[in-house]
Order: sequence, then C-alpha cells, then structure tokens
Amino acid sequence: MDEGFLKEQQVMESDLNSETSHKSSVDFLMDWFRRRSIFVLAYGTGCGAIEMPPTFTSRYDAERLGIRGAATPRQADVIIVSGYCSYKTLRRIIRTYEQMANPKYILALGSCTVNGGMYWDSYNTIKRLEDYLPVDMYVNGCMPRPESILEGFMALQKEIGDGKISSWQKYEDNYAFYRKNQEAVLGQTVAPAYDADWYLYDGGL
Amino acid sequence: MIILDLALMLITAYFVGFIYYGLYRNITARFQRRIGPTIFQSFYDSIKFFGKKEAISHGWMFYLGPIIMATGAIMTLFFIPFFYQSESFSGLSGYGNLFLVLYLMLLGPLGNAMGVGVGGNPFGVMGVTRGLTRLFALELPFYIAVVAIMSISQSADIATIAGSQTTINAFAHPLLFIAALFSFVAMMGQSPFDVVGAPVEVYSGPASEFSGKFLSLLMSQSAIFSFAKLVLMVNLFLGGADGFFELLWKTFVLFLFVIAFGAIYGRFKTPQSVDFLIKVPTVIAIVGLIFATAWGN
Ligand code: SF4
Repeated sequence: MDEGFLKEQQVMESDLNSETSHKSSVDFLMDWFRRRSIFVLAYGTGCGAIEMPPTFTSRYDAERLGIRGAATPRQADVIIVSGYCSYKTLRRIIRTYEQMANPKYILALGSCTVNGGMYWDSYNTIKRLEDYLPVDMYVNGCMPRPESILEGFMALQKEIGDGKISSWQKYEDNYAFYRKNQEAVLGQTVAPAYDADWYLYDGGL
Repeated sequence: MIILDLALMLITAYFVGFIYYGLYRNITARFQRRIGPTIFQSFYDSIKFFGKKEAISHGWMFYLGPIIMATGAIMTLFFIPFFYQSESFSGLSGYGNLFLVLYLMLLGPLGNAMGVGVGGNPFGVMGVTRGLTRLFALELPFYIAVVAIMSISQSADIATIAGSQTTINAFAHPLLFIAALFSFVAMMGQSPFDVVGAPVEVYSGPASEFSGKFLSLLMSQSAIFSFAKLVLMVNLFLGGADGFFELLWKTFVLFLFVIAFGAIYGRFKTPQSVDFLIKVPTVIAIVGLIFATAWGN
C-alpha cells in the first residue's frame, strides 16, 4: 500500500512520541558517529539523478551535514535510487547494494520508486522498489528538489541517530521474500545468492 | 619512559592529523564558497568506518596492505623528533637518522601495493601504478634538496639539522626549499599531483576495494603520516620547533600553503605530473645544490 506515505508520516510524527530505544552505550556512540558521517553512492537510475549534483556541490552543500559522495560501494553507507528502475538497472542496484558494508541504507527518490509513478504501465520497469530491496526513506516529488533531498537525508540521519534503522538486517532475515520477487522479474539473470560467491563464480575473478 | 614518549607522539599525531584533515576539508569548502563540514568530520568518518561490518574477505594478504602502510607511517613518525632541543617527544630519533626516515617513508606505499595487487580491483591496481610512478618522480627533487641540506648542516641527524639553522633554511636556501615544496605538495597528494586517488578517474584508487576497519585504518595512517611529513619539513626547512605552539603554527602554515596550492590548480595527467616533477623542481633543486656547495653556508 502507501508505505512511502506512511513512512514519511512516521518521521513527521516522530518528535511527538518520545519513546527512547534501549541501546548499549557503545551502540549509542556508534550511532552518534554514523549519523554525522554519511557516504553516498550516487547511482543515477532515473530522471531524479539530475538533482544530485546541485545537492552535493556549492549551491546546497550537503557536506556541511556530513554527507558526501563515496567512490565505491565498499565505502558507501547510502545508495540513492533516484527514480524509475528498469529491470536492467535493478539488477545493477541489487549487486551494488549487496556489495556495500553493513550498516547500509537506501534512499529512494520520486514517485516512481513508491508506486511506479508515470511508468506505471511500462513493460520494463518495476513498480514498487520496496518489493525488491528494503527502502529506508522515500523522498516525494517528481522530481524532488535538492531541498527535499536534504530534508530526506536529515530525516534519515535522525533515524540513524535514534538507532531505529535496521533494514539491512531485514533484508538478510527476509532474503527469501526479496529473492523471490527479484527472480520474478529478472529470471535467472539476477545476481547469485547474497554472498561473496558472485565474486568467485560469476566471471568476477 | 620511551614507551610513554612514543605513545604521546602517536596520540598527538593522530588527533592533530585528523583535525588538520578536517581543516583541509573545511578550508577547501571555503575556497569553493561552501560552508563545509566541521573540523572533526574526518574523525567522525574514520570512527564510523571502524563500526562497519565488511561483507566479504579477500584473504589475509589483502588486509596486510593497510597494516604495513600504518606500520610505515607510525615508524616514520617515531624517528622524527618533534622538538630539536627537548628530550621528550624525540621518540626513536636517537637510533636512526634522516636516511632511515627516507627509507621508512617508502615502506607504506610498497606494502599497500602488495595488498591492493592481491585484491584484484582494476581501479586499485591503476591507483597503485600511478602512485609508484609519481613516487619515483617526486623523490628525485626531494632527495637532491635533502642531500644538499644534509651537506650544509654537516649532519644527517634531524634534530641537529633543525637546531643548526641560524637563518632558517627556507630563506637561506630558497631554491632547495621551493624544489622540496613541489615534492611535498605531491607527497601530500594535493592537486595538481593528486593522480593516485583521483576521484572520477580511478575511484579513490588504492583504497577502492577497502571498507570498514581497514579503510578506517588507512584514514588514520594517512592522518598520522601527513603530520609526520609536516614535522619533517618543518625540521628540515623551517628551523624546527622548540615547543608545541611553535610546532603547531609552523606545521599549520605549511599545511595551509599546501591546501591553497591544491585548491586552485586542476589535476595533471599522470605523465604530465611525472614530466613536471622531473623537469621543473629537479632543475631548481640541482641549481640550489650548486649554489649551496659553491658558496657554502
Ligand atoms: S518520479 Fe518523476 S522525476 Fe523521478 S524518475 Fe519518476 S518520472 Fe522521473
């Protein structure tokens, strides 16, 4: 259903319910550092990618919030899925996501990632990203302006700081579900099982 | 007590190095008319990476790379005295001279080359190849300048060189200083010589396959190593330091120069940077060497 909407609603209301999570002091400290340092793998999939350069350069300067670009998936914390995903792109996103080190987050831009947007009846794009990968934060708009992207990032930072996000865990726990959906659209061309083995068997090395 | 001394040196270099890196990012941001991150940002980044869990393993050879690199950086630091008169913060400098320091400075890049080679990431290998090519070029002017400085001071002991400068070497032998400064900008990985980790070209180069704790280790060693190199330059050319205040402002002035230099120049291609380093600073260094030996001190 409208999960993107619900998620945002939750974020907006999060100040109201002030239940604190029970964390050890080490976790508390690590979350404090994590929310202050976010490396983004800006992987442009749809039209929304065009809003990312202004977000990260002088005009909007995301680095002042501790958000900066990462060169490779190994160094990244967040992957931005910036709009519609064709099946081909989805395969790359899945591989990239699986190469990132835990904890990792997904930020999805635009209505296309929520419900397919204006690509609703396209023959080669997916509709709900949530079915294939665990999305942490949606940013609405078609396409979202840099201000909204920054706001999305700040909401994400807040959730990270509160230690509320464990989507990578959710992905590992419900891997069968995600895998089934991935295979349904990608068939056998989906990446090998979530592990190091693509690196060893799939013509990697 | 030497253990305590070494520990204090390491802690100082770690924190000052990270704050300098934070300043580097902040000041570069100001050059680009941005607000920029806080000065602790690099420290946050490194701690965050320390808390990440890596998804895969490349075998122990791969992870030996950053460890050798960190060893090289820390050993370099230990053999460079912070102050030229005082007993404390002199580390192991009584046991080794400038030759050893120059040798130890090479240990890290070579160890890293081995580790990255095992990882097999094409961008990593490309970065290492670029790094070693540049290393070869930047050493030439630097070594000529350092040899000249050693012959002027009649000593290879860093503290003696630092203490023996009546007029600081940067003013007494400006040609040598300029030549060494070009190499130093390259050593600090600044534009126009930042061919190793070149963003958008080789995707952070040697570091591209590392994540988690080992990336954190690489960041820490680079902070420590940068501070060690700054202290070395201050000792050789800026008359050394007699206390923390002097050390900090001298290293900071040098660092600020390197940042400013890097912020206004674009990047050379690898062959261009080698060409430039072999031609311009080397010739300056040779002329400086001739001046120094002909007229003496
Ligand atoms: S939400 Fe709009 S801007 Fe974003 S990818 Fe879809 S159509 Fe393009």
